[in-house]
Amino acid sequence: MIHSLFLINASGDIFLEKHWKSVVSRSVCDYFFEAQERATEPENVPPVIPTPHHYLISVLRHHIYFVAVIQSEVPPLFVIEFLHRVVDTFQDYFGVCTEAAIKDNVVVVYELLEEMLDNGFPLATESNILKELIKPPTILRTMVNTITGSTNVGEQLPTGQLSVVPWRRTGVKYTNNEAYFDVVEEIDAIIDKSGSTITAEIQGVIDACVKLTGMPDLTLSFMNPRLLDDVSFHPCVRFKRWEAERILSFIPPDGNFRLLSYHVSSQNLVAIPVYVKHNITFREGSSQGRFDLTLGPKQTMGKAVESVLVSSQLPRGVLNANLNPSQGTYTFDPVTKLLTWDVGKINPQKLPSLKGTMSLQAGASKPDENPTINIQFKIQQMAISGLKVNRLDMYGEKYKPFKGIKYMTKAGKFQICPYNTPFTGFSLTVLTNQIHVFR
Amino acid sequence: MSTGVSYNDQGGAEAAVEAGQESTPTSSSTGAAFGLFSADFKKNEDLKEMLESNKESLKLEAMKRIVGLIAKGKSASELFPAVVKNVASKNIELKKLVYVYLVRYAEKQQDLALLSISTFQRALKDPNQFIRASALRVLSSIRVPIIVPIMMLAIKEAAADLSPYVRKTSAHAIQKLYSLDPDQKEQLIEVIEKLLKDKSTLVAGSVVMAFEEVCPDRIDLIHKNYRKLCNLLVDVEEWGQVVIISMLTRYARTQFTSPWTEGAEFDENKAFYDSDSEEKKDQTEAKPYIMDPDHRLLLRNTKPLLQSRNTAVVMAVAQLYWHLAPKHEVSIVTKSLVRLLRSHREVQYIVLQNIATMSIQRKGMFEPFIKSFYVRSTDATHIKTLKLEILTNLANEANISTILREFQTYVKSQDKAFAAATIQAIGRCATNISEVTDTCLNGLVLLLSNRDETVVAESIVVIKKLLQTQPTQHGDIIKHMAKLFDNVTVPMARASILWLMGEYCEKVPKIAPDVLRKMAKTFTAEEDIVKLQTVNLAAKLYLTNSKQTKLLTQYILNLGKYDQNYDIRDRTRFIRQLIVPNEKSGALSKYARRILLAPKPAPGLESAFKDRDRYQLGTLSHSLNLKATGYQELPDWPAVAPDQSVRNVEIVEPCPCVCTESGSESEEESSEDSEKTSSDSGKSSSGSEKSSSESESDQKKKKKTKKAPQKKSKPAGDRYTEIPAVCHNLKHCLFPQNDSKKPTFRTSGISLFYMSFQVTTSSFGPLKTYELLHHMTGKGLSAKYHFPRQPCLYQPSMVAVQVILTNSSDHALEEIHIGDQSPASLNIHCFNTIGEFDFSKYSTVGHHKPSKYTKEDQFSVSIQPAVGELLMASTMTEQDFCKEQGKLQGMNEASATITMATANASRQAINKQVLSVANVGEVPSSQNNFSRFAGQTVSSRALVLVSLELSESSGALLTINTEKSVMASMLLQDLKQALAQA
Repeated sequence: MIHSLFLINASGDIFLEKHWKSVVSRSVCDYFFEAQERATEPENVPPVIPTPHHYLISVLRHHIYFVAVIQSEVPPLFVIEFLHRVVDTFQDYFGVCTEAAIKDNVVVVYELLEEMLDNGFPLATESNILKELIKPPTILRTMVNTITGSTNVGEQLPTGQLSVVPWRRTGVKYTNNEAYFDVVEEIDAIIDKSGSTITAEIQGVIDACVKLTGMPDLTLSFMNPRLLDDVSFHPCVRFKRWEAERILSFIPPDGNFRLLSYHVSSQNLVAIPVYVKHNITFREGSSQGRFDLTLGPKQTMGKAVESVLVSSQLPRGVLNANLNPSQGTYTFDPVTKLLTWDVGKINPQKLPSLKGTMSLQAGASKPDENPTINIQFKIQQMAISGLKVNRLDMYGEKYKPFKGIKYMTKAGKFQICPYNTPFTGFSLTVLTNQIHVFR
Repeated sequence: MSTGVSYNDQGGAEAAVEAGQESTPTSSSTGAAFGLFSADFKKNEDLKEMLESNKESLKLEAMKRIVGLIAKGKSASELFPAVVKNVASKNIELKKLVYVYLVRYAEKQQDLALLSISTFQRALKDPNQFIRASALRVLSSIRVPIIVPIMMLAIKEAAADLSPYVRKTSAHAIQKLYSLDPDQKEQLIEVIEKLLKDKSTLVAGSVVMAFEEVCPDRIDLIHKNYRKLCNLLVDVEEWGQVVIISMLTRYARTQFTSPWTEGAEFDENKAFYDSDSEEKKDQTEAKPYIMDPDHRLLLRNTKPLLQSRNTAVVMAVAQLYWHLAPKHEVSIVTKSLVRLLRSHREVQYIVLQNIATMSIQRKGMFEPFIKSFYVRSTDATHIKTLKLEILTNLANEANISTILREFQTYVKSQDKAFAAATIQAIGRCATNISEVTDTCLNGLVLLLSNRDETVVAESIVVIKKLLQTQPTQHGDIIKHMAKLFDNVTVPMARASILWLMGEYCEKVPKIAPDVLRKMAKTFTAEEDIVKLQTVNLAAKLYLTNSKQTKLLTQYILNLGKYDQNYDIRDRTRFIRQLIVPNEKSGALSKYARRILLAPKPAPGLESAFKDRDRYQLGTLSHSLNLKATGYQELPDWPAVAPDQSVRNVEIVEPCPCVCTESGSESEEESSEDSEKTSSDSGKSSSGSEKSSSESESDQKKKKKTKKAPQKKSKPAGDRYTEIPAVCHNLKHCLFPQNDSKKPTFRTSGISLFYMSFQVTTSSFGPLKTYELLHHMTGKGLSAKYHFPRQPCLYQPSMVAVQVILTNSSDHALEEIHIGDQSPASLNIHCFNTIGEFDFSKYSTVGHHKPSKYTKEDQFSVSIQPAVGELLMASTMTEQDFCKEQGKLQGMNEASATITMATANASRQAINKQVLSVANVGEVPSSQNNFSRFAGQTVSSRALVLVSLELSESSGALLTINTEKSVMASMLLQDLKQALAQA
């Protein structure tokens, strides 16, 4: 399956290579570089690239390309999913997945890759198992290792791989037994200029941090499970039980994991928590443009909208922006033309606004488009879909764990699009007028 | 690796290390070839020194730096001799790093690599399964042809290992050996065949992968394992699921008939496929399409996987449904696919490609989700283009206005490539949906006055195509475009305008010659494609309006004649001959008008994904739209389904020796054994091997059926019509052996059956039969039961009980069945009602605990299983035994000193007594005064270890180790009794 893996940084250097079968020369990456050159943006490199003898499947994360070399037919998603799993593992181990982190921990990286694939086929990808095999480097452990000469390879071979629950390591012990669940929802929305919703959907996840002794068997039930339109589970969740009773029943992995992701789509259910009034205009012949933007809370159920960040890609013709925020700070990057405004918390009594002028390139014609506005925000203690956890029960162990649940709503891809003119078709009269002009 | 600090306190080697440290940054930072050799040389020298030192930590440090070199792609092969010495190191990390090195360079240093082989061979025998597995992993990764026989041997051994983890590793090794030496194929297929029978979820994915790599065409190997694979699928690890699902997709395409026949109506009768009754299968012949139960099984068991977090699994299920499910069921995958669009960019890309292909054939599937395909400004260009593709595919009369409104926004996008693609999409919508053709055309014309070059050019190209479909009423547009001509610089657009002028020159008789005039002036500066169209236009005008354009045409043809591009020269020459009359011109010039001005069919504006459906969805080939190496064509449905019964064998798997016709030796064995009356079959390994592997697969079920001992039904006698189809198979398997014994059938026939089954159990003591119902109380019906010590047919966590019913009355008994069961918690797999029970027949059936027979009479009976019958034998080595025993100390141990009856002094006698009480397997013992037995509880697979230490006198120490402490004390009691009595 996966023959080799090359890690390539943003400047096009191959800084790590690993082969699982016979060695593939790194010159195979030249095809990748070619594709990279052709792509205008780093994201535009096609994920699957055919070369005469191999196929390159790549993912881009944290400005690093992970390029897998494939020799024969394989489901591309299989490779992509695996590469992402590799990145997640690195992130899990080193905190960040950067070129520097990988270079600093090259031995651990190699040991990990060795365990994750055998002959190009995934072997152990479960973080609980990997952590038993290879202990993540911590500052303390590195110090101890350098002094005592001990290693970060687990002395005990993991039993998890053989157990009934391969995702959970055995012999877990905690003095404080606690289980925390975070319900995090993201709203993806496209809203037109007049404020009406074009599309809106809610994507939610339940991330868990479970630190429980032994082999606990948990069940989590919801007040309103019908809200969940489409769900995907961590392998620990019992499908059958969910189908029959809409209850999440599982033996959790140890530590942090994503229990569930779900989707709430029904259009009318989605409450939009903020609104934006904006007016961005350019006038023909003038080298000035006006910028006026006001934010306000909408359906927030009384909760505060926090960490608001507005960003917008201004048209290329804009040279600079001279704006005045009523709160927070703004920056405008004259190179990328990206305007960002860090608003902070929205105070419903005094709505934040950003007003001012933009200077255009002298002589340039009026930009023919209005910029899209992207908004990020957070609302604590609320799941916008209204999802509520009913109860969490534990079986199989005697002790009483501490249980906690937290709700949060975030903006996902939340866009305000600059138009609200419905497509009514172009009138023929306009067309004929134009033709007359030509005559 | 900033580890310099670590060596400051290590004395002697310090200098060397420091030097090494210095050189690392230089070589890595330059990255170029200059000066690298000297640095490398120096560094490698000191690495060698470090490797040869006595200090473990120094060696480790050296290896870490070597791995760093390998990771950077620098050669470290000259260190091979120094590294390979450390292969037997005690330090696990050092060892692992040496393995990494070895696998990387063994190919280049084959002779030296051989030095390490013996270490691995030793490790292959290690009692620790992980060490065995990792030894096999490295051994098989060393690509040295000379060790192929050693690898082969190791693989074969590992494939029979008790540990499923080692067996999994052996499945991986098969692929490696195959790529190293394809000549081993036949032997490897044998191993694959064996591993396919494995019931462990751990092994399933890997062995199917090996199957796909080595012998994807040997579909016959799958038959018997098909149902097992389907049932295990949910519990297999996610990567294995992907591989199994795609293999099963192919399998199903060869084995089942198409569910897509017109008007096919699927019979939703669940009982039909849930029951074992296979008689109904005959209905398949009947007119309405009825899905093969196995086909249904696959669809049903893959469906929950749509909820997997692994996108590859979801995609695999989606493609399975697309290729296998009846049309009306395919749409259940939609939601899950749309969910994947939330994932990473690369995942989106692949999923969108697949949706694009699907949406061409099945608009309805994705139409409700159309908003999920709206383009976001943050999407990458190729994602945007794919979304556009899908939106276009989904467009219909009802939603076209919303889609066009979306498109309108897209056209204004700053991403010009995307804007151009949008214009193409508008063009496609216009051709596909006639209601909006005019609107679109008008919109596109408006775009001609757009300030952006690419947008204008693309619009022209699209308008050109649209006009071709309905040229009549659009003279104005052509004029408009002619006027734009001066400002358009994109070659394709210019060429398009020229073509339009030529094609419809009669509609713009005044403008066309003028355009040609302009072109004549700039001809030499134009792009090739524009030149060609100019020549074309000239020719057409010459034919329609030669008065005005004759000279112009000749001028252009002359220019073309001396053009640098041979295409243009060729075309010019051809045109000249065709249109300019001269004495040499042949018959063709008469038809010039018809050739050049023939009405041309409008080009179809089709999706780029139109022909992608020739590839299986979700494959690399589909994604690239070209056949990738190793792509397996998805076969077409067979017109007539191949024999369905080939898959049946799996059901009677509990007696593999009897049922697998293929294994010739097992056949011999079974016929041989059936002649014997004693129970000496301790050696058959197949049964016990399964017992260990079954444990994983049944986790889920176990929760429900804690300690539920069971039954199974078996036929005896010669009439089986009322008994479920499963039994038919048994009958076929068994009958040949009965024939010779016909005369004594009544008395010995039944016991003969038992013997043929016992072959597979690993241990068997004398058979004890217990009375269930006496013929006096049962009014003629008597029932006896015993424990056949077979793995139960229905569920591995059940205990088989065989009940023999005898009719000793002089009249027929009818409708014998099991009545209410109590207690309710008990899980009994009941036998079917025995319709008629003639006094001349025997029948044996099984059930458990209280049961009643009705037909006026009903008797309450109860089966009391001895604790020893709730076990199943397992085989293990003495070492494993001791190790396991070590784990089960303290609370889990029960022991007693017993006095042995004198008759039981011999080892054989002890075995016999112990085996008669409990279904355990003997463990070969090296010490004479020790007898050891191992077993597992059937319901929960908890180990039960029995050991008996004889002292000089008749006393003995009996020890039982198991986590089931109640069971231990009961078993202790039973054994004590059995051994005390003669």
